[in-house]
Amino acid sequence: MGKVLIIDITKCNGCHNCQIACKDEHCGNDWSPIAKPQPLSGQFWIGVVDVVRGTVPKVKVAYNHIICQHCDDAPCIKACPNKAIYKRPDGIVIIDPLKCKGAGDCIKECPYEGVIFFNKELNISQKCTFCAHLIDKGWQEPRCVDACPTGALTFGEGAELRDLISKAEVLKPEIGVKPRVYYIGIPKRFIGGTIYNPELDEVVIGAEVNLQNEDDGISISCKADDFGDFWVDGLSPGKYLVTIKNSGYIHKELKADITEKDINLGDIALVRNKSV
Amino acid sequence: MSEKVFINCTGGGPIRVHVKNGKITRVRPLVFDENDAPSWTIEAGGQKFTPPRKACVASFALTEKERVYSKDRILYPLKRVDFDQNGERHPENRGKSGYERISWDEAINIVSGEMKRIRSAYGPEAIVSRGSSHHNWGNVGYRSSTWARFFNLIGFTDILDNPDSWEGWHWGAPHAYGFFWRLGNPEQYDLLEDALKNTEMVIYWSNDPDSTHGIYGGNESALWRIWMRDLGIKQVFLDPYCNYTAAIHSEKWIAYRPGTETALAMAIAYVWLTEDTYDKQYIETHSLGFDEFKSYILGKEDGVAKTPEWAAEICDVPARNIIALAREWASKRTMLSSGTKGGEGGACRQAYATEWARMMVFLAAMQGMGKPGSNIWGTTLGPPFNATLDFPGYAQGGINRLAKKPAVNPVKQRIYRLLLPEAILNPPIKWMGDGFCGNSIEQQFNKYVYPLPGCSEVKMFYRYGGAFIATMTETNRWVRMYQSPKLEFVVNQDCWWCTETKFADIILPACTNLERNDISEWASAGGYSVHGAGACNHRVIVYQQKCVEPVGESKSDYQIFCELAERLGVKEEFTEGNTEEDWIKIMFDSSDLPKYISFEEFKKKGYYIVPQLENYKPTPSLRWFYEGRECDTPDLGNAKRNTEKGKELGTYSGKLEFVSQSLLKHTPDDDERPPLVHYIPSWEGHQSDLAKKYPLQLISPHPRYSFHTQHDSHVPWLSDIPGHRIWKDGYDYQVVRIHPTDAATRGIQNNDIVKLYNDRGAVLLIARITERIRPGVVHSCEGSAKYDPLEPGKAGSIDRGGCINVLTPSRMLSKNVPGMAPNSCLVEVSKWEV
Repeated sequence: MGKVLIIDITKCNGCHNCQIACKDEHCGNDWSPIAKPQPLSGQFWIGVVDVVRGTVPKVKVAYNHIICQHCDDAPCIKACPNKAIYKRPDGIVIIDPLKCKGAGDCIKECPYEGVIFFNKELNISQKCTFCAHLIDKGWQEPRCVDACPTGALTFGEGAELRDLISKAEVLKPEIGVKPRVYYIGIPKRFIGGTIYNPELDEVVIGAEVNLQNEDDGISISCKADDFGDFWVDGLSPGKYLVTIKNSGYIHKELKADITEKDINLGDIALVRNKSV
Repeated sequence: MSEKVFINCTGGGPIRVHVKNGKITRVRPLVFDENDAPSWTIEAGGQKFTPPRKACVASFALTEKERVYSKDRILYPLKRVDFDQNGERHPENRGKSGYERISWDEAINIVSGEMKRIRSAYGPEAIVSRGSSHHNWGNVGYRSSTWARFFNLIGFTDILDNPDSWEGWHWGAPHAYGFFWRLGNPEQYDLLEDALKNTEMVIYWSNDPDSTHGIYGGNESALWRIWMRDLGIKQVFLDPYCNYTAAIHSEKWIAYRPGTETALAMAIAYVWLTEDTYDKQYIETHSLGFDEFKSYILGKEDGVAKTPEWAAEICDVPARNIIALAREWASKRTMLSSGTKGGEGGACRQAYATEWARMMVFLAAMQGMGKPGSNIWGTTLGPPFNATLDFPGYAQGGINRLAKKPAVNPVKQRIYRLLLPEAILNPPIKWMGDGFCGNSIEQQFNKYVYPLPGCSEVKMFYRYGGAFIATMTETNRWVRMYQSPKLEFVVNQDCWWCTETKFADIILPACTNLERNDISEWASAGGYSVHGAGACNHRVIVYQQKCVEPVGESKSDYQIFCELAERLGVKEEFTEGNTEEDWIKIMFDSSDLPKYISFEEFKKKGYYIVPQLENYKPTPSLRWFYEGRECDTPDLGNAKRNTEKGKELGTYSGKLEFVSQSLLKHTPDDDERPPLVHYIPSWEGHQSDLAKKYPLQLISPHPRYSFHTQHDSHVPWLSDIPGHRIWKDGYDYQVVRIHPTDAATRGIQNNDIVKLYNDRGAVLLIARITERIRPGVVHSCEGSAKYDPLEPGKAGSIDRGGCINVLTPSRMLSKNVPGMAPNSCLVEVSKWEV
């Protein structure tokens, strides 16, 4: 099956060691015929981008890792007029820096944005090589994985990592280019809020919260915690009906549109049912 | 030439350095091999937890190649072009004029000549010197070692460092629970295992361990917090900023206004007092002064009950959230994580922060501090730790302690670091407190005056390594100081151009610790920070192998001080005939290491992993106190340990003191750090009159991606991290975080260049508009390695380097507490039209 990289976003603390180690390996070092030097600044063969989700005080950050997907059906290979891009038997996709003539078609045809860079000085396209020059020397891992402190990055033979792959997904599966980079914990959407009793000015603990997707009707339920909070992550984008129920209180319904972004519904007043 | 691999160490961890043809090609984290000692395993919640077999270093440790060859390296000795030691000196042009290359011989001649002249004209006290922390790593060639031996030998006016990262803890907490020997931070032994086994909730209060790393531990403890999450331990964050740890772990973020933490803490105590949910028996047997405390909280002293409603108004946090937090805390075994070493955190670097630190101790105490799962724990220290192998930390005297004749500074005169500009510009100055008060509580009450009667004022400043501009408050004071004719001569010895380098008359280029040999233990300061290596999963003692020749004409610090000692006629006394290599061997022999490994083997391999003890018996911090036993932790600084007072804390009474007996004795009438803890509104906070003119509160925490000024913009790789700096029009601006509502009212867009300003100055920064900061607060880190005023050398000029301390006040925590308060800072921000 060849080499794969598995990125567990839930384990990433945003240290950027992978991005720095990549620069350390490739800036100022010529690993031809695998890669020519990466410029000192501006290229990120693995780039970490922080995505801030939600609003004060329900905020989470996820770190996206932007890297060549080493597709088995790589559009860049077909796009190159100079046949400079090839797939190795171990699955790694390489832009041969000695054959590349700077046509740039690979950048245009790559379905994943921001993973192939153009080096004006050398007039070549450049990208992640999975540190193939090291793998060929017997290294078990590329530099980004070597430098990761939390085990968020795993590299190895796909056949030996089936369990982990089974928990993971690929980016843009619909285009069918068969990437070799897998992601665990890609952020979906969340809806959160804090329920309180305005009469007592106290949070309401244990209220039942139901989130129903208005398109497919699928519901998820939870209970507000000891802070009166509910914070449900992993939702599909879309419009939701949020129903809050608690014995002795008037039911409350709210709408939450998480088509574009996560939503913190903020402080939600739940009023006591006078008849009780 | 074939590739060679060397071992070295940094402030962010040990590294393997690959070298080809005399050039560094690669810097990797140290990865252990099968011959190294095995790692520990903790069993908790039906799982086994064991750390990876490598050093989980800080990101900046991986930039060492780029840092060694940085564009900012000082390559040759330099002289300011309009400085003439025999004629016009033009001190007013410091910071403005350029430099010309001179030979080492000329540089050493000028520096030693000026030292002789000044010593003979005014006495040795006319030379003042100090280094900054952390610009290099190694026990021999460091400020506490080589620099200290040289200056103590010749005599000088030393500078007393303020504990800049943990002020409130240092000046406040010892009066509540002792631990002055740890400068106010609590012991942290074996709290990882305790937390994994017993803790139900961690409350991070003004604490960002993923950024502050237990100081030198890099990313070693990052995995611990992931383990806690996997075990279902709830992680709650109290901070105006959704910090880096909160950003991935927060299940609850309470975003209060800066400067109001003490009120928030008191409201929590109010809930516990009125709902009877604190450990009454513990308080009765372990503390004194609780009745007065209770009375104050309930409002019987000043007529103001410290209710959640009272605090809500001050903190801008709904009372119901404070009540919920207090109840949750009382019902769960909770670790209070109030700073990376237990103590620290931005909340302790602001007006009256002694009160917050004391309140942290009191809240932990009210829930039985020391009982299983309930303690003060920064989540960065306290893995299973073999403390039986003794190896000195960098702050334990270095080569001077090991010399046959340790040098003792004959000069008694001192200057307090934060008051250095005033000392030069406007003497006499007075202050109370020793700076680092690690030997006794009484040190906090020592009174100083400068100049000391009978002593000369200082005439020469010998600046060594790193910068005070960008780490100390109110930068423009330092600019004015440097341009004073009262400083007849200024030397700067460093590896890189830093914020202060360009204010020197002569610049001496030092090499980095990758260009010479040294010896050290990862993360180990020793002394007041005993067993700091507990910030790491393994104790890693390193023979720091010279990887490449010194860059340019730079020389090792030891070599530079040897040459100066020779000109001053004290070389033999300075060296005692030893080379740097000899000192390394002497230090090795002084430790327990020879019992475990030969010097030759250690030097060849480059490191030694200290093995875990067989049948290791954990001794969790303060469990002994909780259980009324004698102290059983290896806390070496605790002088009561192994005495008849072994069951006591380090306070005067030996108990937790809600009414401080030490403050009662020394400053009973101080109403700004009163014997009984009080909430005192900030002298520069949201309630100040100044807030009408400058409505935003600035917080400037320690940076995530550099170590104070170290590594920062010397390395473009770090400027590529958008949480740190952002490139715009070819310039790497430091980031300021602004809430969308504050940005919108000022017409500021993402990535705009903005001017952050107040009456003290102005800084240009790049705006990151984000929900990670609460409204009314802006966030930009201290520690810029660039100070780049638009009008070079002009005090008050707008800085575009990101030197945030241009804006921070030089006012101290309170009238008897000489700590700095950069987080009590009001500003306004506007779009900057280029």
